[in-house]
Amino acid sequence: MKVTRTRLFHRQSAPAELLIRQAHVIDPRSGLDAPHDVLVRDGVVAELGAPGTMSGSSGTPIIEATGKHLFPAFVDPHVHLRSPGQEHKENIATGTRAAAAGGFCQVIAMPNTTPTIDQVSTLQAVIATAAEQAQVPTGFLASITVALRGSELTEMAALSDAGALGFTDDGKPVVSAGMLRRALQYQRLAGGVIALHEEDPTLSADGVMHEGAVSARLGVAGIPSISESTFVARDAAIARYEDARVHFQHLSCVESVEALSRARAEGARVSGEATPHHLTLTDESVLGLDANLKMNPPLRAERDRQAVIEGLRSGVLECIATDHAPHARHEKEMSFEQAPMGTTGLETAFAAVYTNLVRPGVLPLALLIERMTAGGGLYGLTVPRIAVGETANLVLIDLEREWLVGEGGYVSRSANCCFHGRRLRGAVELTVAAGSVVFTSRGAEKTTLTEVE
Amino acid sequence: MIRHLISIDDLDRGGIQRILDRARSFAEVSGREIKKVPALKGRTVVNLFYESSTRTSSSFELAAKRLSADVVNIRSVGSSVDKGESLKDTVQTLSAYEPAAIVIRSPYAGAAQQIVEWTDAAVVNAGDGKHEHPTQALLDVYTLMQALGTLEGLNIWIVGDVMHSRVARSDILAFQRMGATVTVCGPPTLIPREIEALGCRSEVTLARLHEADVVYVLRMQQERMHDAYVPTLREYAQRYQVNLGRLRDGQLLMHPGPVNRGIELSGDAIDSDAALIGAQVKSGVAVRMAVLYELLVGAPALQAVA
Repeated sequence: MKVTRTRLFHRQSAPAELLIRQAHVIDPRSGLDAPHDVLVRDGVVAELGAPGTMSGSSGTPIIEATGKHLFPAFVDPHVHLRSPGQEHKENIATGTRAAAAGGFCQVIAMPNTTPTIDQVSTLQAVIATAAEQAQVPTGFLASITVALRGSELTEMAALSDAGALGFTDDGKPVVSAGMLRRALQYQRLAGGVIALHEEDPTLSADGVMHEGAVSARLGVAGIPSISESTFVARDAAIARYEDARVHFQHLSCVESVEALSRARAEGARVSGEATPHHLTLTDESVLGLDANLKMNPPLRAERDRQAVIEGLRSGVLECIATDHAPHARHEKEMSFEQAPMGTTGLETAFAAVYTNLVRPGVLPLALLIERMTAGGGLYGLTVPRIAVGETANLVLIDLEREWLVGEGGYVSRSANCCFHGRRLRGAVELTVAAGSVVFTSRGAEKTTLTEVE
Repeated sequence: MIRHLISIDDLDRGGIQRILDRARSFAEVSGREIKKVPALKGRTVVNLFYESSTRTSSSFELAAKRLSADVVNIRSVGSSVDKGESLKDTVQTLSAYEPAAIVIRSPYAGAAQQIVEWTDAAVVNAGDGKHEHPTQALLDVYTLMQALGTLEGLNIWIVGDVMHSRVARSDILAFQRMGATVTVCGPPTLIPREIEALGCRSEVTLARLHEADVVYVLRMQQERMHDAYVPTLREYAQRYQVNLGRLRDGQLLMHPGPVNRGIELSGDAIDSDAALIGAQVKSGVAVRMAVLYELLVGAPALQAVA
């Protein structure tokens, strides 16, 4: 068996030649927070200069970016690209174009496809597709158990050799503590991070939204926060016992953040992620029973939202992950109780958090940038940075531009966005991923990208 | 003036009062030999029932007919409506007949709200999942007003399986809006967490039932013990059955029907003078006439009946 070295796959395109002038550059890891000129040559950040001082060589496209912001491009460690088998919702090409449009330079795709990515052949197939079609570098997790059934381990070592970044049964919990323990033991051979969707199904049962005042008002079955937090506590204890590396996906409630924080303090090798929707919305917005606001874990109460924000601020939750979960229009047009769970998120992630938490002063902009770029590092990937000599992974954003979510459609194949119809600030104008320009907004092309003859 | 009736929250106190006043004059029509008024002549009302129902569907049908509407009844219980897509298709198909109103009963919360987007008809929620049943609440308020004149200051207990009851949710809102204080009481497994956010109090035992002016008893589904909400119906009846031994003089007794005799209510209580259960059924037609009239004609005064 050939061991794959790279674990990110995408369609190669021409390396960028680009001069971005006078953008306000923020990269907390490089200590940058000031206007600069940034020259990208052959896909690499070649020079950083004082604002307005660089002119570039003849033929280099110049972007006049005064008043705009340039960040390291974002990394999303949790997306559903729906391939294979659910391409009516999304595919690798459309999902990664949506990622590029949202300012992402790397995404990690979940294996709960049809069939499940639980065999080397299936993994190789999606890797081959990504190598041809992915707009941004894409990594894959394989499942922990065969067909997500929770009863047999996948060939984790072979899957790891074939390029899996790690393992998850995302969409479902590993219900059996004994099965999870086997997977964590086996991780010592196979490597890779084990990522967990935490939910005790005997507690979540047939719940369709957060259990609380709103579910009581609506008369729909609730998903109690303890269905998540009890499994976080349980699995953190198992991880600590086995000294295993575990990542908790989309944590949504105060008890989970506390459980993760305690486990970390006790020395467990555990990490966690927060989604833009859990950071910005609560179950109050479910009152209208709009199926686009139905996701798992559900939007929770305000105190939970505050705890997730605080967890992100303190670093208990190291990164933001969208859990981009596209569903076709006809699937979401069912009643709230029948509709499938999930919201898209790639195209709105930055703007949603920026608008709701950074602009009101709840979180600093630099912290948001740090958390939106940290997800891949948790899986051992190189974290994008803006520094001379680094591969260009850049996103240029107009923080002042307000836009109506969904107006003019989505780049994603699906439209089930929980922010649909909301006004957000912060519009992506340009994304450079792995050294190539992968997205330019239509407006930006016309107004700022000028060829120097 | 509202266009649809989805939730009791669509109505303020004045709106409820207006419907009740009109229901009172329609009740007078029901006492005539020819029980019809021409208010909706030439207009069509579709009753779309995705769940079995006897009293709600029959009283909506009678209400529409007494207003001289043409009535189409569609009962689609079971597998053919498992998908929301077919709800959209059904509603769009029916809307081609240009109905003035669609009355919908669905096993899913939000169904009535959802079809508003797919039809030009006025939509009346005849029960959506465990969410709401606003016309039941209106007829309950009407029945109490007929019996007592006002709900202001009343202490109303709602007893039983609150968790799975759309009637309870609409009644909590409607009773409070009309000035009553509401207490819900039932097994802790069947009282939704944070139900107090609706403004009511909650109790686990009937110990203080004597404080109630009105005892509103909910239907106890026989299957509830399968999901371990209660150990047995026997224990449920021991702890929560409302019977003459637990009622004091002057308390009024209500139930949305159909009653499980001997489980949530004893036979002697049902048959006692305290019970308004028959009056509730009787109120159904007049109140639903008033609701259809409010949505489809909506004139502020009462002369339409004359």
